[in-house]
Amino acid sequence: MASVPAVLKSEWTKIRTVSSTTWTLACALIVTVAIGAALCALMRSQFDDLGPAERLTFDPTLISFSGMILGQLAMVVFGVLVVGTEYSSGMIRSSLAAVPRRGTFLFSKLAVATLLALVVGLVTSFVTFFLGQALLGPHRTTIGAPNVLRAVVGAGLYMALIALFSMGVAAMLRSSMLSLGILMPFFFLISQILSAVPGAKTVARYFPDRAGSQIMQVVPDAMNSDPAPYGPWGGLGIMALWVIAALAGGYLVLRHRDA
Amino acid sequence: MIEAVGLTKRYGAKTAVHNLSFQVRPGTVTGFLGPNGSGKSTTMRMILGLDRPTSGHVTIGGHPFRGLPNAPRQVGALLDAKAVHGGRSARSHLLSLAQLAGIPARRVDEVLGVVGLQQVAKQRSKGFSLGMGQRLGIAAALLGDPQVLLFDEPVNGLDPEGILWVRNLMKQLAAEGRTVFVSSHLMSEMAVTAEHLIVIGRGQLLADMSVKDFISHNSADFARVRAPGTDPAQREKLTSALTEAGGQVLPEPDGALRVTGLPLPRISEVAHEADVRLWELSPHQASLEEAYMRMTQGAVDYRSTADQKAGLQPAVPPGYAPPPVIPDVPQQGWYAPPPPGQNPYAAGPPQAPVHPPLGSDAVRQPDPQAPARPAPRPPAAPPVPQAPDTPAAPTTPEDAR
Repeated sequence: MASVPAVLKSEWTKIRTVSSTTWTLACALIVTVAIGAALCALMRSQFDDLGPAERLTFDPTLISFSGMILGQLAMVVFGVLVVGTEYSSGMIRSSLAAVPRRGTFLFSKLAVATLLALVVGLVTSFVTFFLGQALLGPHRTTIGAPNVLRAVVGAGLYMALIALFSMGVAAMLRSSMLSLGILMPFFFLISQILSAVPGAKTVARYFPDRAGSQIMQVVPDAMNSDPAPYGPWGGLGIMALWVIAALAGGYLVLRHRDA
Repeated sequence: MIEAVGLTKRYGAKTAVHNLSFQVRPGTVTGFLGPNGSGKSTTMRMILGLDRPTSGHVTIGGHPFRGLPNAPRQVGALLDAKAVHGGRSARSHLLSLAQLAGIPARRVDEVLGVVGLQQVAKQRSKGFSLGMGQRLGIAAALLGDPQVLLFDEPVNGLDPEGILWVRNLMKQLAAEGRTVFVSSHLMSEMAVTAEHLIVIGRGQLLADMSVKDFISHNSADFARVRAPGTDPAQREKLTSALTEAGGQVLPEPDGALRVTGLPLPRISEVAHEADVRLWELSPHQASLEEAYMRMTQGAVDYRSTADQKAGLQPAVPPGYAPPPVIPDVPQQGWYAPPPPGQNPYAAGPPQAPVHPPLGSDAVRQPDPQAPARPAPRPPAAPPVPQAPDTPAAPTTPEDAR
């Protein structure tokens, strides 16, 4: 029986020896920081043009995380590729022949990849926060202000959860292409569009990305957005439920289907 | 020791493997033969616990694969040469597998040396040829120094040097007392590698016996007899005399006769009594390939049809008669050369004449007992081009069944 530390070590070797890991994670960091910084700079110059309600609920922390909408897509790609390439390359058969306990294999893989995503996510959130605040100038907040540290750490958690959710979906669908084909439009288009449509709004609020991103708000109903029926941690909890569902699905598929 | 009992695998309505029971014993190379789609790979995957049998079970050393303590140290497998992440280097790939079983990194460099990939160990496996991929797969199988080894088509894509190397490696592994289970389509390769054969067709066990038994059980030995070519009457006379004596006689395309049911001395006597001189009288034993083809003839799923090239050829202008097509002669089927030492005419090294697998008579007579096998031609008698009596019949499934 391959022991859990052995599987973790092997998964770490696998993840660090493919270039897609470096590319997707670097992309997540750079895109999030760059777009966040650009929007912060824009906000500083446009602040006086904002409506009174928006000015009153201005959330400098949330603004600095604007890049997440695109940056999370790189995290989705990272999560999908970590699991999906096992299937597309056929490596899954070598892996499972070596680790007959499929649960050990899957959860070791997910643990290594999620830890890596969490580290990159936290670095991203802190860099993007401090750079964003520097660019906001007079409208900035500080890390010591109430709830700000929670939002910054939460942003890192959010990125890791997005990656983990994608891994669960990829394990269920057993294909990188199929998973990306579903997740990318979902996070980039469907979730964004439905949350702007009046009727669908109430449902879209419970999508994983919508619910999870609540953690990044410091000011309630920031930027004059609709009030959410859950708090920041409640939102992250809803997202965690989605992640657990995806992982359970992925585990059941791996356990019961032929490799 | 691998032991399968009543192994059955169904994919929906399709039964890939049906009630397969066999044992693979240590100390010998066991060949696993079967036509494409006969269930070889499915069986291998079930042995490795990758596919779950619909019914029945398979154990390795008495344990189901999933219950083996530290499986990679006990079972090594090459299933698919290309089952490697293309962006990972050969060494990293093996290292990740080694770490699973607690095998030291030093061993990775050892097996890279064994398979001859040290030069490219740091390169991404994306750029590997099929042969290099096979070597990498074999390295992965050897990694844990396992007692049980499974190889699915290990010589695919290897060069002659590589084929020889794999052959010797298998024999050496078996000589060390390991269980070696090798699937292959290359009958000639199995004939010189394996000692024991397990043959399946359409997912069912066709044979489980030693190579020697397999050949003698599944091949009809026959004699080639040639009357003087100058006089067709002599040939007719010999044919009727041999038939009267109780032999079955079939004409060969080059004018010789194929005789079964009579021992060679008796044929000589009959010819002498009939006052026919013989230009040739030679014994023939079917090769493993012939024996295999005879056995699996009814169990082939994928059979080629003649290429009609419809719509790809220019229309024939009216009134133009195409030139008569003279098929390549001789119209013989597939066969391997007779084993060395068996053919009294083979003075030098045995030659391997290659003919296209067009044997019209072979396809039309699926009865395995029919002595209609194409004959190995003695190398001493060069093929005499001559139009056959019947045009080449396209190989169609209807013909075969």
